[in-house]
Amino acid sequence: MSQDIIAPMQRTKSRTSLRGLVPWVVFAAVLLLLPVFFQGNSTAFTLLNVIGINIVFALSYNMLLGQGGMLSFGHAVFFGLGSYAAMHAMIAIDEASYAGEGFWAHVPVLGMPLVGMIAGGLVALVLGWPFCRRAGTAFAMITLGLGEMVAAAGQMFPSLFGGEAGIYGNRMVGPQWFGLELAQSSDVYWFIAFWTFAGVFAMWAFTRTPLGRMSNAVRDNPDRLQFIGYPPRNVRFMIFIAAGSFGGLAGGMAAVNYEIITPEALGLIPSGLALLMAAVGGLGVFYGPIVGAVVVTLMNSMLSDYTDASILYVGLVFLAIVMFAPRGLGGGIEQVRVAWRDGDLGRRLPGWLSGALAVGLIIVGLVVLIELAFQATHGSDEFAHVFGVDFDAAGPWGWLTVVVLLVAGGLIKRATNKLREDQA
Amino acid sequence: MLKSFFTLIAASLLLVQTAGAAETVKLALIDPLTGPMAGAGQPALEHLKFEAKRINANGGIAGKQLEIVGLDNKVNPQESLVQLQKAIDGGIQYVTQGNGSSVASALIGAVEKHNQRNPGKEVMYLNYAAVDPSFTNERCSYWHFRFDANADMKMNALTSYIAENKDIKKVYLINQDYSFGHAVSEAAREMLKEKRPDIEIVGNDFHPLAKVKDFTPYISKIQSSGADAVISGNWGQDITLLVKAAAEFGLDAPFYTYYGASSGVVTQLGDKGVDRIYQINEYYGDFEDEEMAKRQVNMYKETGWDFYYLRLSTLLDMFKKAADKAGSTDPVAVAKAMEGLSLETTTGEVVMRAEDHQIQLPMFISVMQDDMEYGAEGTDYNFHKVARIDRDDVTLPTTCRMRRPK
Amino acid sequence: MLELVIFSTLNGVLYGLLLFMLSSGLTLIFSMMGVLNFAHASFYMLGAYFAYTLGMYTGFWPALILAPLLVGALGSLVERFGLRRVHANGHVAELLFTFGLAYVIDELVQMVWGTVAVAYREPSYMREPLFTLFGTDYSIFRGVVILISILMFIALWYLLKKTRVGMMIRAALTHGEMVGHLGHNVPRLFMGVFGFGCALAALAGVIGGPLLATEPGMAATLGPIVFVVVVVGGMGSLQGAFYASLLIGLLQTFFVAIDASLADVFNALGANLDPYGEVGRISLATLAPMTPFILLVLILIFRPRGLMGELEP
Repeated sequence: MSQDIIAPMQRTKSRTSLRGLVPWVVFAAVLLLLPVFFQGNSTAFTLLNVIGINIVFALSYNMLLGQGGMLSFGHAVFFGLGSYAAMHAMIAIDEASYAGEGFWAHVPVLGMPLVGMIAGGLVALVLGWPFCRRAGTAFAMITLGLGEMVAAAGQMFPSLFGGEAGIYGNRMVGPQWFGLELAQSSDVYWFIAFWTFAGVFAMWAFTRTPLGRMSNAVRDNPDRLQFIGYPPRNVRFMIFIAAGSFGGLAGGMAAVNYEIITPEALGLIPSGLALLMAAVGGLGVFYGPIVGAVVVTLMNSMLSDYTDASILYVGLVFLAIVMFAPRGLGGGIEQVRVAWRDGDLGRRLPGWLSGALAVGLIIVGLVVLIELAFQATHGSDEFAHVFGVDFDAAGPWGWLTVVVLLVAGGLIKRATNKLREDQA
Repeated sequence: MLKSFFTLIAASLLLVQTAGAAETVKLALIDPLTGPMAGAGQPALEHLKFEAKRINANGGIAGKQLEIVGLDNKVNPQESLVQLQKAIDGGIQYVTQGNGSSVASALIGAVEKHNQRNPGKEVMYLNYAAVDPSFTNERCSYWHFRFDANADMKMNALTSYIAENKDIKKVYLINQDYSFGHAVSEAAREMLKEKRPDIEIVGNDFHPLAKVKDFTPYISKIQSSGADAVISGNWGQDITLLVKAAAEFGLDAPFYTYYGASSGVVTQLGDKGVDRIYQINEYYGDFEDEEMAKRQVNMYKETGWDFYYLRLSTLLDMFKKAADKAGSTDPVAVAKAMEGLSLETTTGEVVMRAEDHQIQLPMFISVMQDDMEYGAEGTDYNFHKVARIDRDDVTLPTTCRMRRPK
Repeated sequence: MLELVIFSTLNGVLYGLLLFMLSSGLTLIFSMMGVLNFAHASFYMLGAYFAYTLGMYTGFWPALILAPLLVGALGSLVERFGLRRVHANGHVAELLFTFGLAYVIDELVQMVWGTVAVAYREPSYMREPLFTLFGTDYSIFRGVVILISILMFIALWYLLKKTRVGMMIRAALTHGEMVGHLGHNVPRLFMGVFGFGCALAALAGVIGGPLLATEPGMAATLGPIVFVVVVVGGMGSLQGAFYASLLIGLLQTFFVAIDASLADVFNALGANLDPYGEVGRISLATLAPMTPFILLVLILIFRPRGLMGELEP
């Protein structure tokens, strides 16, 4: 298959090791400083925790799709089973510390993501081999089948999965480390931040290992890999296990954060979410899925407060990115970064800015259009008020605004294209 | 890049927080409001908003105006916890939810833990439709109040009715294959055995939840078993498709259901449901009470949804009565006043039992009929009352050992 | 017992034929363009909703023709302005596009027709029994559905095997570039095939709507099963899709009809499974809707080219 949207990362020539550290220092600093911004705002912490989990989940998914070229529709199986393993471990800790003895009495809840990781990896190890013979559609379909089967099994074995109500535990048990009692979401933030950082770093380090490089090779040219003596199936299998482990890690984080896990977490919907986050963020850039996880999580949890058409917006954003920006949001950021590094930014910025303006106008036009349509069919929606104007679907002004916005956007887009052509 | 996200978060949070004026008390509905399950959450939201107007016109909740806030959880337990946190941060101390025992289970646990970890900022959870019996038995919680009869109580009422009906000799059970469906089947077998040992259970099927498109094979099975009646706890498309297939194959046995009148069923079944689909519920479609009939008509006119959830009206009325009695809208005071509270409703007296926070109420068996005075969902069909089961015949003992905060 | 077998067979065939109508279009699109169209079931849903709305003005029979035509036109537009644009970015991008499209169509349907099911029913004269066997009715509508499916199968076979367009399509399936070199407009052919496939899905929707239910979730629940049919049947094989549809239809129906649990089955094979244990007490009826996926995984592991396919996906 052609691989334009998941093209190899831009590899810069040998950099000094110090410069390579900069992004990590910035990342750590951001994680450390976020709590200062959001002091006392537990909703923010709750959302940050979800974002952290989703970052690890989306990145682990991208190990398969972006780096290994394996499109999976069953990645939530590893997330969910990892989460279940961690939850059972947490329950074991609760019981053991009540009795005051046994192995689990000495395990801190902070280590639960590792339990999830081991579980995820084991599941991938057991199931993966027959799946990895082919990439492409065959792999997509077999993971789809796996996802559906495991999700159905989740409802059939209540002793393991707890039936519809799921299984639940308490994170404030077992030995306490670093004085973190995990009562509030702001406490849990430190736990999530640590594991997000560790997970992201480990997955980045994975791309630097020979296996990580080979996963790009199996994506781009499996035949050649076979010729030089590495059976693609073995490579895929190893990537599958690695991705499953990190999916399980995210699941372990989720178990501690939510203190409940239900069989729905194994199904097609969360698997689709991982795909959505990775693709919106960009499959070809390592940090793309991070961007995607942040954007999609916020859209999922916040947008529905303002409009009943929230899912439509998520779908449209996804479609627009696939159609017009196949490298995703991360790809766009990378483009700007490379231009800046090459000293090219000044020349290309006008074109980009006017392009962004055109896209912005078109988006606003479409949003007004959707809200008007929604108002006409369902009565008023709150989004219309966000722009400070009350649109009335019955009058002509709202619809006129839509036309003006769309036409203006289209004209600027055309001018931009001309400008870029002139430059080139 | 990150900064713009901060501003986005900050902006959205501000909107949530500034929404609250001084003299209001807010009730958050955490239910599916978008996506494929929105048809279950939207009518509840509209019902609450509609009834809140009446409450506010009558002096509000302990003098404060009641405001309903809808929060979308996409029937996902994890997402529900995020929405609960949002509600709590927005200063909301009362949440209600109904769709999905998985969500209810998550909320009970989360509210319990929140109240333990944040004394002084208690939150109360008013459950209007999650019917897993365990929530008022082994898992009962002081902060959880249920305004719907639980699955076992409904079965108790239903089997009492069936026991009276001597024509029924063979019963077929068909349910969704998950904890709720199994609970319904188990309760039916136990209670029928006790009340009418001569009734034979000729079939006990489980089918996967919301996966079956074609129920005809199940209908063939029921047909050949010679069943006189079918009992099903199915909801959503699973009940519509089941009864529809039965009508198409000329299966005349009555279907005794839990959710025969939930939204969309009447529209899709049409004449196929007439005299075939029965339901056990706290209400029915005849609206003998004139005031209720007016409310039904007005609500459909205003919102396009039916007055289906009588229990939501009961919930708000009891909330008001408890708060007025306590003279405060602090959840600690309201929860205390709510225990053992009784209320005269259009169907008779209902009581919030203090032992387990399970409402005690009379129930009704009704059957779908054509040419009703008040049609459901804009049709001429609705559910006609067949029998009333008194509160004492609905009630069941509880195993709850309530842990009350000091 | 006999009545159970007869009705199970009838039901299984009916369901299988409906599945085939849905999957034949997908197979054509998949084998020609290599796109596993995730939105295919969404076009099926659009067919049902369009027929519901049109039917209010025109009645059932005109809607049976008009709704698929409309959906087919819509499908062509999607191909022309959406898929063709993403085509340059490879199959993954195309798949992602259809994945997003399914999201958007599902939401738009909810926006236009509401979140609750609509009252799309067959004409009342078709509800009368066609015949009554062992006290069970078999409605005229079900007979009509079977008839339409068979007519469609014959028409499709004729179109592909006996007409010039069919020849071109078959040639483009295997030798797309050569067809292009011979001066045929391959992109237009793609557009036509995509639209045609969508129209077939819509036809399935027009008759599936009253048979099952017309509600916003109807696409999401049937979507994965259609993929199963295509993959199990074998890539690019209409015949394979036909057998796979019937196989899945019959398997599901008979699994429900047989009153046995896993323990019964395994113990009959000589295993020793506790009939009251958590595994043993699972009944075959419970597993019925899972059979397509079990079949899918088994086929992909043991016979990746499917029942009748020539190539591995």
